[in-house]
Amino acid sequence: MRSAFSAFFRFLRVYARSPLAVIGLIGTVLVLLAAIFAPVLSPQNPYDLLQLDILESRLPPGEQAYAGFTFLLGSDGQGRDMVSAILYGLRISLIVGIGSAALAFVLGTLFGLTAAYIGGRVETFMMRLVDLQMSVPTILSALLILALLGKSIGNVVLAIVIVEWATYARTARGTALSQMRRDYVEAAKALRMGHANMILRQLLPNCISPLIVLLTMQIARAITLEATLSFLGLGVPITEPSLGLLISNGYELMLSGTYWVSLFPGIALLVTIFSINLVGDRMRQILDPKAAQR
Amino acid sequence: MTLWIFQRLLQAALVALAMAALLFLALQLIGSPVETLLPAEATHEERLRLIRDLGLDQPLHIQFLMFLKGMVQGNLGVSYVFKEPAVALILSRLPATLELALFAVLLSLIIGLPLGLIAGRRPHSLTAQTIMTGSILGFSLPIFWVGILLIMIFSVWLGWLPSSGRGQTVMVLGVGWSFLTWDGLRHLILPAFSLSLFNISMVTRLTESGVREAMSSEYVKFARAKGLAPRRILTVHVLKNVMIPVVTVVGLDIGTTIAFSVVTETIFAWPGMGKIIIDSIAALDRPVIVAYLMLVVLMFVLINLVVDILYRLLDPRIRLQGE
Repeated sequence: MRSAFSAFFRFLRVYARSPLAVIGLIGTVLVLLAAIFAPVLSPQNPYDLLQLDILESRLPPGEQAYAGFTFLLGSDGQGRDMVSAILYGLRISLIVGIGSAALAFVLGTLFGLTAAYIGGRVETFMMRLVDLQMSVPTILSALLILALLGKSIGNVVLAIVIVEWATYARTARGTALSQMRRDYVEAAKALRMGHANMILRQLLPNCISPLIVLLTMQIARAITLEATLSFLGLGVPITEPSLGLLISNGYELMLSGTYWVSLFPGIALLVTIFSINLVGDRMRQILDPKAAQR
Repeated sequence: MTLWIFQRLLQAALVALAMAALLFLALQLIGSPVETLLPAEATHEERLRLIRDLGLDQPLHIQFLMFLKGMVQGNLGVSYVFKEPAVALILSRLPATLELALFAVLLSLIIGLPLGLIAGRRPHSLTAQTIMTGSILGFSLPIFWVGILLIMIFSVWLGWLPSSGRGQTVMVLGVGWSFLTWDGLRHLILPAFSLSLFNISMVTRLTESGVREAMSSEYVKFARAKGLAPRRILTVHVLKNVMIPVVTVVGLDIGTTIAFSVVTETIFAWPGMGKIIIDSIAALDRPVIVAYLMLVVLMFVLINLVVDILYRLLDPRIRLQGE
């Protein structure tokens, strides 16, 4: 346990050599905390209609609310405080992004590792499925799935998992292939270790680092994809708006000069994705120096 | 080589067939189009006639074969909304989308290559660090958000560039093109740039890593020893070698760029096929959705095929490995 701790601190020390990556890490942690403590930090519950006053709609940043707090980032077309709307929206964006990326990670990794472990024709067939999935642009598959299933948070997660699992499967299989010839795998085989044990306790820990890097990057991509789908009107439902939907709602107002309704959720989204990508990029430099650029 | 090309062709055809099958299955999930097509007061006989006309009374595998036959003949039915053949409708919007996507790809090379060269030449300089951080920022920005920002800055505040439509077009080969007129070009810049930002970042990063690798190679050392000017080494010798992977990736990405133009076209009201597909999804206009998806998948498969073949023809090392 102690050696695990010291390894972790060594990693942190190497990580901290890039000041920008530290900023990214701090940004990521702050964003996570803001999302977790959204109900505490928000001056109002943006979806409790009783707390909204239509007379306070479209107020610019800095105006005083009747309820006593200040509209730090202005209010939207229904008199909703933008700070509160953004904090609650961030929650939805992060739940969808992290949830779908994590689920795709688990499914894709197991699929890829199993393919490499079995080998032969089964592997070829499994990897053809991966190729097939990757032969359609992600945004199109996601649009089609959501058009078929309809709008809901669960369906958005499902759509993102379906379009992203193949990336993990490909990386997992590629990494596992180079491990299959190692001595420790031979040794484990000689010990007649069970298949599940071989995959989960021998292969997985030795293939994990490029996959973790991929996971970080894919969380950012999943958040972007969700925001894009919501912006196009096929993502989360209006009752549970993510940052993407907030931007979309404010878009009409923006053209008439009420810029804050769309701009601030956009900045929140950008800060979130940029921070995660900075962390991911640094992890790639450390853990996976030879990985491809994408 | 011929055998390999043949195998590769077969593989591409199989992928297209598998996609068609998946799409067919997905359509079965949506349910029957009969309800949407029939007026509310239709009689039982009218309903039965429509079902027979659409071939929905046949068993599934026959329906699938009819679906494939229609696809080969380029006949995927008539759009419920526009009352036009779906394939013709999509094809009539194809040039606008292609123009946008190709212009975006071109922009990514024009901007990304020089940035990557500068960043790769002195990787530890402040300029290089700024460019590389900028590239992370570039692929952190969602396409739709870039589009909104560009409209806000250049159309609403500064009033320099138009925010929607294609502007004036010129007819060449029976199709209207925007990039040939000044007005059309002004309309093209903002959507193309917002679409290309992701690719610009990618090209920059690829070029940078390529240049870094090349700078320590034997041939660059030799060129230096020969006394060639650093600028010439970079723009002639290094660039040539870096171009191969960059062009491959950008080529493979044309399909994705076309797909993502769905987003750009929606924001900038660019009258391409991406705009139609969003409207069609909202209206559940099945023939148009099918025509669009099959067309994009076919283009995707075709681009992959061409890049793969060209790659083997151009780089003898890969050819030897394959055989």
